Amino acid sequence: MEHVADPLVKKPSVLRSQSETIGFVIMTAALVIAPFVTYPLFLMQAMCFALFACAFNLLIGYVGLLSFGHALYFGWASYLSAYSAKAWGFPPELAILTGTATAAVCGLVAGSLAIRRQGIYFAMITLALAQMMYFFALQAKFTGGEDGIQAVPRGVLFGIINLKNEMSMYAVVLIIFLAGFMFIYRIIHSPFGEVLKAIRENEARAISLGYKTDRYKLVAFVLSATLAGVAGATKAIVLQLASLTDVNWPMSGEVVLMTLVGGLGTIFGPVVGAFAILVMQFKLAPIGEWVLVIQGAIFVSCVLLFRRGVIGEIANKLHIRL
Amino acid sequence: MFEIFGIPSTALFGQLLIGLINGSFYALLSLGLAVIFGMLNIINFSHGAQYMMGAFTAYLILKYSGLGYWPALIVAPIIVGFTGIIVERLFLQRLYKLDHLYGLLLTFGLALIFEGVARNYFGSAGLPYTVPDSLRGGQNLGFMFLPNYRAWVIAASLVICIGTWFVIERTRLGAYLRAATENPTLVRAFGINVPRMITLTYGFGVALAAFAGVMAAPIYNVSPQMGSELIIVVFAVVVIGGMGSILGAIVTGFGLGVIEGLTKVFFPEASNTVIFVIMAIVLLVRPAGLFGRRA
Amino acid sequence: MRKTLGLAAFAAVLACGAASAQQVNVKIGVLSDMSSLYADIGGPGSVAAAKMAIADFTKDNPNVKVEMIIGDHQNKPDIGSQIANQWYDVDKVDMIVDVPNSGVALAVSQVANQKNKVFIVSGAAASDLTGPKCNANTIHWTYDTWMLANGTGTAIVKTGGNTWFFLTSDYAFGHALERDTMAAVEKAGGKVLGKVRHPLNTNDFSSFLLQAQSSKAKVIGLANAGGDTINSIKQAAEFGIVKGGQSLAGLLVFASDVAALGLPTAQGLVLTETWYWDMNDTNRAWTKRWQQERQGKWPTMIHAGVYAGVLHYLKAAVALKGNVSDGKTVVAQMKSMPTDDPLFGKGTIRPDGRKIHPAYLLEVKKPEESKHPGDFYKVRATIPTEEAFRPLKEGSCPLVSG
Repeated sequence: MEHVADPLVKKPSVLRSQSETIGFVIMTAALVIAPFVTYPLFLMQAMCFALFACAFNLLIGYVGLLSFGHALYFGWASYLSAYSAKAWGFPPELAILTGTATAAVCGLVAGSLAIRRQGIYFAMITLALAQMMYFFALQAKFTGGEDGIQAVPRGVLFGIINLKNEMSMYAVVLIIFLAGFMFIYRIIHSPFGEVLKAIRENEARAISLGYKTDRYKLVAFVLSATLAGVAGATKAIVLQLASLTDVNWPMSGEVVLMTLVGGLGTIFGPVVGAFAILVMQFKLAPIGEWVLVIQGAIFVSCVLLFRRGVIGEIANKLHIRL
Repeated sequence: MFEIFGIPSTALFGQLLIGLINGSFYALLSLGLAVIFGMLNIINFSHGAQYMMGAFTAYLILKYSGLGYWPALIVAPIIVGFTGIIVERLFLQRLYKLDHLYGLLLTFGLALIFEGVARNYFGSAGLPYTVPDSLRGGQNLGFMFLPNYRAWVIAASLVICIGTWFVIERTRLGAYLRAATENPTLVRAFGINVPRMITLTYGFGVALAAFAGVMAAPIYNVSPQMGSELIIVVFAVVVIGGMGSILGAIVTGFGLGVIEGLTKVFFPEASNTVIFVIMAIVLLVRPAGLFGRRA
Repeated sequence: MRKTLGLAAFAAVLACGAASAQQVNVKIGVLSDMSSLYADIGGPGSVAAAKMAIADFTKDNPNVKVEMIIGDHQNKPDIGSQIANQWYDVDKVDMIVDVPNSGVALAVSQVANQKNKVFIVSGAAASDLTGPKCNANTIHWTYDTWMLANGTGTAIVKTGGNTWFFLTSDYAFGHALERDTMAAVEKAGGKVLGKVRHPLNTNDFSSFLLQAQSSKAKVIGLANAGGDTINSIKQAAEFGIVKGGQSLAGLLVFASDVAALGLPTAQGLVLTETWYWDMNDTNRAWTKRWQQERQGKWPTMIHAGVYAGVLHYLKAAVALKGNVSDGKTVVAQMKSMPTDDPLFGKGTIRPDGRKIHPAYLLEVKKPEESKHPGDFYKVRATIPTEEAFRPLKEGSCPLVSG
């Protein structure tokens, strides 16, 4: 049975996890220095999207499931985080937890419906469910419809850290991102993760070995949705806004694009992809409408020529794992 | 004017009519998707964009050559279908050996390109395209007012849908197509040019989408995002109907349009989401779809 | 003594000289909808108007240098808010102007308040901008939903249109307009029979219009704008709504909409605006200049508001000797100076940020009454400044005490 991500490591190097550790150190160092050189608000946004992409990659890269409606979890977590902070007065840590919990529940419901089908049908179902929740967001009173939820307070974290201070907010977002990233890393390199990869390679064989693959897929789905929720909930606090853009299908498409560009099935790919796409959007903002065309062109060229993505190609050339 | 369940008949029949019209578009588009999927095993995400291209082509034909609606109905699908053939030859052919999901991703990328280009040149507000004079006005049926153009839309869609079904299920050409879907190598061994059939089938599916686009132009206004809004609903329709049968796509398309129209009357807030809710229910009860065969 | 006087005089002359040569540098951002349904009522036309204001002002004040950048908010509050953040923080923009789309305007108003910069709204309509959501950094020019509601709504009820059904654009602007018009209609003795909300930038109004039709209301109030209004009116014609005896009230209609609809379809529409290009020679001359940049288009009151707002801002900047970094100070200065520009004449800005001026009740001419291109309206009445806008005390603006 075909699977989406080609096996990346042809000759596993003995030092395989060293490359990943080095990569992690470089990434963390870069993110620590960056806010002193670049606009911190942009970086925080990029980290939220990077986490979102990593969560998405968990499903497609390691289980082989293309979720085309991942904006559902990102966006609804964003809404609930924003609403609980603004209308219920939750402190930021509780707001983010609320958002994350919302995403987990949505992931459970959506996942149990979508897992019933395979491959393309799975993708179409996730898209359709996301669209349904988009319409729900459009009409529900508390989401503010076209206006979104604005003026979300940054609040005071744990009662001591004032998040209105840009650098404090940055530090918090950085920690959340790194924690999420490491969590995904642990999932992938655990026995659970090995079963997931087995399902990706050959589901029939995994079933014949006695694994209840549907259950594994559902758990992976919920984990992916929950982490996407963490990203969305954090973004709402950072940008102090939750809007329809977060639940709409172009957002789902964008996270696919980020992961594709960065490299499906690599651990750093989504991070690189997210930053790359956001920088591109930023730089091309003056010629606004061309962004859509360029994103489409990148999609097409990645699928045709560049299936491994940036990190994937690097990893393949150097015979390391990234 | 009389009342049914407390709703005035004008409103009820009016919404049913709109439901049938929406259903016509759902049927035409899901038919096109089903035909393409049947032959190529590719989900054509750019179907919505090609529908939009049909509408834009009609608009441009009118603007630059003065040719109106009736010529556009034939010319636009041919032009857009031709671009579809180019897409198939250049891009899709390379993906047949890979996982189907790559086809979905590629056509998604193409959809973005088409929509982005349209938005760049035309802005994202709607462009006007008027109802042809021969179809203007309407009939006052007593219990409702039926615009002529909308009646035409329903009639034309039915004809095209049934015609396509007939060709695929009841003619020799259709038999070759169906055989090639099941066993391309064997059919090739019989001397039939399967790759060309595949290309033409894709072109035909795309032309169907463009045809729907031309029909939509006078009532829905020509805008770059008209396709993307519609295509996701069509996906749900396709999941409900199951990709297995052409007839299933047609019946499900019209049926869901009518159900949506009824929902607008009795429960307007849910009208956007009712099709997706039905999809969820069908998935729980009959995962292969109403007319689908187990994959 | 004479020496001291002499020195003092010399110093005074020097000081005057320095003041008149004071270099004033400001950066303005025109944030609008450049490509979507509001692109004609604001969009590139607002950019043209801003450019004209800058050119006119710097001609008379050569010591003033103005940099201008342009942004497209695409009618999305998150994009608008991001651009505003970016502009104020990174690009050192001092003042943002225009922003059609009330949802975006509300978001940008927040950002301006947070960053303590200036925001002059010309395009958006929600009366909340000078009401509960007012702040010391925002000025609302041109018009708002209260003015529209009380102009058009009251006038229509007085002529017999006393049962209403609303077709409302489902966001801040639509809600505000519907709310304010409902209040005006009911105050004038009319009744609201029902309402339906449609998403922004809707293509197909058929099901909404059908509901309006079956309500049997005498007047269908269109609480939407731009492309949505145009589509509603066109499709209403298709369904024979006006033939069936109901009339359409365009609660927010611009000259550009009338141009897009054409007089045969738009004739008879009653609307309220605060500026019309063909009302006097000054407006006509200005329009001719504006059309050099925007051929084939007609300027709307929003474009006029951008022009006037930028002019007044620059005057305030000069009065403050170029110290424009504290937004609240600049806005306070703008409120303290009476306004005077070629397009709106003399006027004032109230403490709640509301710029006030007269409004005009207009009716779209029949095709045979139109004598030259762009001759769209006849002026039915002039609403004096004191009556045109919501009374200061009724706004619930926190800046207004008591």
